[in-house]
Parts: sequence; structure tokens; C-alpha cells
Amino acid sequence: MGSITLKDVTKSFGPVDVIRPINLEIEDGEFVVFVGPSGCGKSTLLRLIAGLEDVTSGAIEIDGRDATSIPPAKRGLAMVFQSYALYPHMSVRKNIAFPLKMAGIDPAERERKVLAAAETLNLTDYLDRRPGQLSGGQRQRVAIGRSIVREPAAFLFDEPLSNLDAALRGNMRLEISELHQSLKTTMVYVTHDQIEAMTMADKIVVLQAGRIEQVGSPMELYRNPANRFVAGFIGSPTMNFIEGAEAEKHGAASIGVRPEHLSVSREGGGWKGKVGVAEHLGSDTYLHVHLDDIGQVTARAEGEIDLHYGEEVFLTPDAAKIHRFTADGAIAAQGGAA
Amino acid sequence: MARAVTTRRKAVITACAWTVGLTIFFPILWTLLTSFKTEAEAIADPPSLFFFQWTTENYGEVLQRSNYFRHFANSVVISVGSTLLGLLIAIPTAWSMAFVPAKRNKDILMWMLSTKMLPPVGVLIPIYLIFRDFGLLDTRTGLVIVMTLINLPIIIWMLFTYFKEIPGEILEAARMDGATLWAEILYVLTPMAVPGIASTLLLNIILAWNEAFWTLNLTASKAAPLTAFIASYSSPEGLFYAKLSAASAMAIAPILIMGWFSQKQLVRGLTFGAVK
Repeated sequence: MGSITLKDVTKSFGPVDVIRPINLEIEDGEFVVFVGPSGCGKSTLLRLIAGLEDVTSGAIEIDGRDATSIPPAKRGLAMVFQSYALYPHMSVRKNIAFPLKMAGIDPAERERKVLAAAETLNLTDYLDRRPGQLSGGQRQRVAIGRSIVREPAAFLFDEPLSNLDAALRGNMRLEISELHQSLKTTMVYVTHDQIEAMTMADKIVVLQAGRIEQVGSPMELYRNPANRFVAGFIGSPTMNFIEGAEAEKHGAASIGVRPEHLSVSREGGGWKGKVGVAEHLGSDTYLHVHLDDIGQVTARAEGEIDLHYGEEVFLTPDAAKIHRFTADGAIAAQGGAA
Repeated sequence: MARAVTTRRKAVITACAWTVGLTIFFPILWTLLTSFKTEAEAIADPPSLFFFQWTTENYGEVLQRSNYFRHFANSVVISVGSTLLGLLIAIPTAWSMAFVPAKRNKDILMWMLSTKMLPPVGVLIPIYLIFRDFGLLDTRTGLVIVMTLINLPIIIWMLFTYFKEIPGEILEAARMDGATLWAEILYVLTPMAVPGIASTLLLNIILAWNEAFWTLNLTASKAAPLTAFIASYSSPEGLFYAKLSAASAMAIAPILIMGWFSQKQLVRGLTFGAVK
């Protein structure tokens, strides 16, 4: 129904290679998230799948059928844009019905499907309003409604939540995940927010500079990052990287320890240092500690911990969860990272 | 923080605005008043503003001496015709410039605008000769063509800026929703561009209506629009201010009325894109 295969896909804008040869399998029903810093090519990759950009070389298959030169209207995919891209001159009802009208579905059937979609997305009361009269969250729901009515082979989301405030973003994240559970349709989701990636994805594709750095489930990437870039990108707060003498002790050019894998003690432990800023979040406390000889690191401690600026503290890394990297950022051979 | 607007400040600004507005309007008011005076009162010194013998005989005489309605019809045909023809050419041009980005788009736009920088009199002789050879002198067709060409750069520029304001993502959304190019233009682009097209149309009708250089130089009698009608009262037998004013009032009245009724659209057109 909705498998997508990329075979040696590249894209260049003039002399700039935005996408280097990429090979990727997206299976039917999967929720795949493309994540990476801005300018990494994740949106371009999504637009190539959508057909809004032409590939420079390579092939895109949808359901085993070569779709490389099929126009976007004929690919059977639906897309939700960052700016929502609703038709401002049409009511919510007409916006949602538009793809059905284009597909030549008769008005009675159209109305039935629009009402069903509006019901799912809590938009029933707003059907006769124009997009301009809706809030950001409602507009986003209309955009989703417009994409679900035609039952596409796959949904493409281009940073759909980045224009919403934090609370709404959390809610919409859940709604989209629930939608995926109920529809079981393939979803390809682009974001620069690793929290969205971790919480929603079946499979995360980490991109950097037009290349795939690693593909895997959220926890695979968290536990076994393939390189320093992925290690630093996945996880919040970010992993601490330590170079120099301490890294050499572990036989690596640099080592990485996540803040949650450092145990904090006043009495004694591996590394001694002084507390800088302590961020009390309630459930957790993030301590920014200046370690003697090592430098600044972040450690996660329990929420109620009573440590303040300038106090002496000891941090001990969980030896089984130290990641070792070579000088060029690749993961060093032989375990240590579990 | 918003600046506190005191009552005095408001009063001063209001007074300034009225002064500027009345100053701009005064010549039109003066023309209207003069058109109701006798010729003797029209040149009286000192002039009287409101207290004179009101008369409508100038209008009667002007209507009797010239065929106002033929000039009016010419003006309508030339301004509306050239605007429609211009839009027909400009819409696809502006569309492709706005939505199919190419390297030289900016240069082409600049080049088109540069034709407006040339003083028209510089090309009067070649155009006059071309018109003479093609039998276009003193014809409505000829004037429609020349007005179209003169206003085309402005029409394209205006439409281009309107189309540029339409977010490309909305068109892409239409494509993703299964719309063909034709459906995309019909259901999405055009409805969104209608306000822009309408104000371009209005503004260009006004520009073509008021254009005097080419209409005076390329017409004699048959195709002469209202500008020529006004001009005919300014020369041969000396100046007749009252009749000239009456002719002017009659010439500007239709466009003034049209402008009055469409002012909302015009203001929107002129400030479109300035404020999001």
C-alpha cells in the first residue's frame, strides 16, 4: 500500500549537491522521521519523494512502481506543509473537500468524507469558517484533514509543528501519533526537533550535509550511535564529549557520556568538579559542572537534589555506557558502549 | 510601548491632513466653480470664490459645440480596451515570472520598466511615421495599441508583485491534492489573485483615461478622446476659462465617479504587500 524505496537518489541545485546518493527503504505502515540540523537536506528529500522537486539522478519507487517521473498529483501521496498552505479563499469544508473534488468524487460522497474527517479532528464546528479565522492548531488540523480524506498511500509531513507553541506542539505530537496508530498508513515526517523524532518514529533517519548518517529505531540510535554526530544529535540534553587525557585512558580520541549516565555524589567518585548553573526542572535537575582537568559537562540528577553554585561535587560515569570515538568521529571498534 | 497620543497632537495631525487634502483638491474645486461662472467672472480680479452669478450656460454651450459623447465613447474604448488587452498579455507574463524563477527575471523586469524612463517625445516621430504608414493615425485601434504598450510595463510590474505575494506552498499543496495545472490556475491561483487583478485594472483605466501626450498627437477628430476634447477649448480663439473648466469637469467626472466607488479596492491595490 505505501512502501517507498529510494535508489541512489541525488539532487543538485546548480553546483551545490544537496542530496548525495541516498538509498533508503520505507516499509508500508512505518512512521519514518527524517531528522537533522537545518540545511541537511531533509526537506529536499521529502520534496523529492513528493515529486515537488525532480531528482538529479537515481530512482524513487512507490509500492514497487517507478515513480521518478510521475507528477506529484499522480503519486497518491498527501503532504502537510509547515505553513499549513490552506486555500485562504475557501471554507474549511471546501479546503478538506478539495482533493476529493480533484479526484472527481461526487458531492454527496465528498460531504460524507469531509464530515468523517472533521469528526476525527474535532473540526465539525469550524467547517464554514475560513482558514484566517482559525488558530494555528486548528489550521494544522485542517491541513491534516485535507490530507487524510483521500486515503493516500503515504503521508508526508514537512516540519508541521514548528509554527505552534510548545504546549500545542506536545498535543499535536500525540494526535499525529494516534492518527498513525488508527490509520496504519506510512508516514514520512521531517523535523529538526530530536524530541519529535524520538517520541514519534518507528524509524529515524539522521541526515547531515545531504548524507544519511544512521538509520534505526529511536532506542537503537540512542544506545548505539554510529558516530559522534548522531550521538550528539540524539538525546536531550546532549551527550558530553570529553577529549584529551581522559579519553586516552579509554583508548579513544574522544569519549561520550550522556548526562543521565553520570552519577552525582558529594562524597567521592571518578571526576571532581564544581557546580556551575543548576537547572531545577522539578522532576530532574540538570547540573552544569566544571570538572578539574576535563572541562564543562552536564549531569542529570534527581529533581530534589540540593546542590548550588560553587559547591564541590563528584561525577562517576557508568562504565558500560561510555561511547568511544576515533579522531574522525566514527565509533571506535570494540565495546564499551552498550 | 505604544506612544501616547494626546488630544492636542491628534488635533494638529488632523488639521495638517485636512490642509494637505484641501490643497490637493483645490485646483479641482476651482475648476468646478469656474465652470459655473460667466467668462467675465472667470477672469475677474480679484476672483470671487462662491459669490458670483451661478450659471450652467457653459455646459450647454460645450455640449452644443462639441460631440461630448463621441469623445466619451472614444475614451472608454481606449482606456478599457488597452487595459484588457494589456492584462491579457501581462497575466501570463507576470505569472511565469513569479512562479517559474529564472536567472534573468529581475533584468527583464528592469528592462521593461526602463522603457518608461524614456521621454515619450523622443519616440514621437518614429511612432507617428509608423502610424501614418499603417493607417493607424486617428483610429481607436491605433490608440488602443499605443496605450497598451505604454502601460504594459506598469501592468506587468503590478501583477508580478501581487503574484509574488501568493505563497508557492499553496500551489504545491494544490499539486499534492491532485490538481492539474489547469485546475490549479482556475481554483487556487485566480481566486487568490482577483483583488490584485482588479486593482491593476482600475489603476490602468485611470492612467489610460488621463493620458494626454499620445492621444493629442496621434488623433485629430474621429478617435479623439476626452483629453482632446478639453484641449480643443484652450487654443484657437484664445482662452475661455469658463468653457475650458466645464469641458474639464465633464472629462474628469466619469473617472472620478469610478474612482470614488472603487476607492477601497484602489487603496488596497496601492498598499498591497506593504503590510502583512
